[in-house]
Amino acid sequence: MFAFIIRRIAQAIFVMLVISLIGFAIKNKIGDPVRDMVGERVTPQERAKIRQKLGLNDPFITQYIRFVDHAVHGDLGLSFFYKKPALDVIVEKAPATMEMVIGAGLLIILISLPLGIYTSLKPRTFFSRFVMGFSTLGVSVPVFLTAIMLIYIFGVQLHWLPSYGRGKTVDVFGNGWWMSGFFTADGLKHLILPCISLASIELPLFIRLIRSEMMEVLETDYIKYAWAKGLSPMRIWLVHAFKNTLLPVITVFGVQIGIMFAFTILTETVFQWQGMGYMFLEAVERSDTSLLIAYLVVVGSVFVIVNTVVDIIYGFINPTIRIAGR
Amino acid sequence: MSHLLEVKDLEVKFALRSGDLTAINGVSFTLDKGEKLGLVGESGAGKSVTGFAIINLLSKPGFISGGKILFNGEDISSMNDSKMRNIRGDRISMIFQDPMMTLNPVFTIGTQMIETLKAHRQISKAHAKEIALEKLKKVYIPSPEKRLSQYSHEFSGGMRQRIIIAISLLTDPAIIIADEPTTALDVTIQAEIMDLLRELCDSEQMGLILITHDLAVVSEVTEKIAVMYAGRIIESGATNDIVNDPRHPYTAGLIRALPGGVLKPGEKLHQIPGMMPTLTDIPLGCAFNPRCLIKNGICESELPELLDNGHKRMIACHMRN
Repeated sequence: MFAFIIRRIAQAIFVMLVISLIGFAIKNKIGDPVRDMVGERVTPQERAKIRQKLGLNDPFITQYIRFVDHAVHGDLGLSFFYKKPALDVIVEKAPATMEMVIGAGLLIILISLPLGIYTSLKPRTFFSRFVMGFSTLGVSVPVFLTAIMLIYIFGVQLHWLPSYGRGKTVDVFGNGWWMSGFFTADGLKHLILPCISLASIELPLFIRLIRSEMMEVLETDYIKYAWAKGLSPMRIWLVHAFKNTLLPVITVFGVQIGIMFAFTILTETVFQWQGMGYMFLEAVERSDTSLLIAYLVVVGSVFVIVNTVVDIIYGFINPTIRIAGR
Repeated sequence: MSHLLEVKDLEVKFALRSGDLTAINGVSFTLDKGEKLGLVGESGAGKSVTGFAIINLLSKPGFISGGKILFNGEDISSMNDSKMRNIRGDRISMIFQDPMMTLNPVFTIGTQMIETLKAHRQISKAHAKEIALEKLKKVYIPSPEKRLSQYSHEFSGGMRQRIIIAISLLTDPAIIIADEPTTALDVTIQAEIMDLLRELCDSEQMGLILITHDLAVVSEVTEKIAVMYAGRIIESGATNDIVNDPRHPYTAGLIRALPGGVLKPGEKLHQIPGMMPTLTDIPLGCAFNPRCLIKNGICESELPELLDNGHKRMIACHMRN
């Protein structure tokens, strides 16, 4: 198991290097940091001097190594708009996005598991057909449309839920870093619509995935044997079949959590949610290259970390993986 | 005297859109304590369906449409599911064909043994574990304590089938139904598993229903045989009598098809011409008539009844009765 974890982490580091290389290549080719720094009035000679001083004339590989070195030490460059380190800007915005993704993830788990299991066990009931039909609809409606519809119904017409911003937040660690909406009623209220919108893309996928995996498992010999052993239906469904259903679902969940981070760009824009996605769009408009690259690297690392953790959890659940890892 | 198990005119149908399809038709046999019965036939004859019908675990859309299954005098064919669960896996255990697929890959052997006991007995985990160990020893699994915490992929095919036998022994059942228990195994392992099954049935006085297409295996293990063809029993009687003097042309064909005996090396194996008919087009009259070498006009129009020939033998053949 230990070797398995080490190998997974090594793979994660490799992926991060590739992401940073792509990020750096973009930074290197798009935009001119000297122009960002000094503006239009500086003479070409002075510009050349600054270029030399900043090391921008060094070979690509030297510059890349310097970039990685800085990145490892937590320096992803300066955001010229915010006039502070890009990483700091992102870290400030991260909690808002994290909370939305966690909220949406919880919604997906809480809704897709029971619905997926139910529709696999009783595929012919009216309710199952309704869920399957509705989920087809769910996949095909884009997230911004869902979000706008939710705002219109629950915000504008019914006045039940707030339609933009994070509401009242509290400082979790007392140092101003994690301003959380999880702990106030107002904050939670503000989370509902964004989380539903974000979850709406992945939820139908998971219901369908769990349903089809579960149906496949229910047909296997070992489930039939479990019936022949005289076990109770609940034990067969929720223990024997469910654990086997979970294996492929966990892998997909890891990938989809990462994709959800990307989808926050849309959701945050619609809900004016001050998170990383919203910040990203602003950075694009301002061509804040350092911030864009920092975003790429941070989201890339979140993706890699989530997937590594998921792989390790998978290794604990699936006994055959552990053998392979020895 | 009532039998341990008595199957009476069992009829199984499959509900299809185009109408019900009869898979098992008028199958009757009995099994007594410690008795070993072989259900023999080619693929599609209805052997496995009969086995699953006994524990009322037919795959959909199959269902029991007629007849009775009396276990200790009580009809279990129409029992409700929660009552049936007290019999299934407790009084009647089943062994499946492919040991590679029968055990759940994500639970240890110990978990799968203990849960079986817990489903049927008010028992502590420690006590259940003790019984599991004892049964693993009975099927000659070396170092059973260690084995309990292992997963099925850590065992060979033969070992897995032993473990499945051990699981079926846990509750000291009255009957074991073994559905082709050695088909997926090597020939050398086959003999071991069969010896083990026979030995256990004798020592524990369990009834055994051995479902197989292999007459050689049946003749070594069982005392009586029922030969099935296209959902019906066409010949039944004592194993020795049938193997040495098959009366029905189908049984005779099966025995001739066995390698060994009169054949010399290089000589072709005998075979029964044609194929078992599918359920949708079972021929009129005797279902075997298109493949039969001794058929007559009546065979093509009238279904032969399964009749006692007076020597404790039942045969369904116009020509031999």
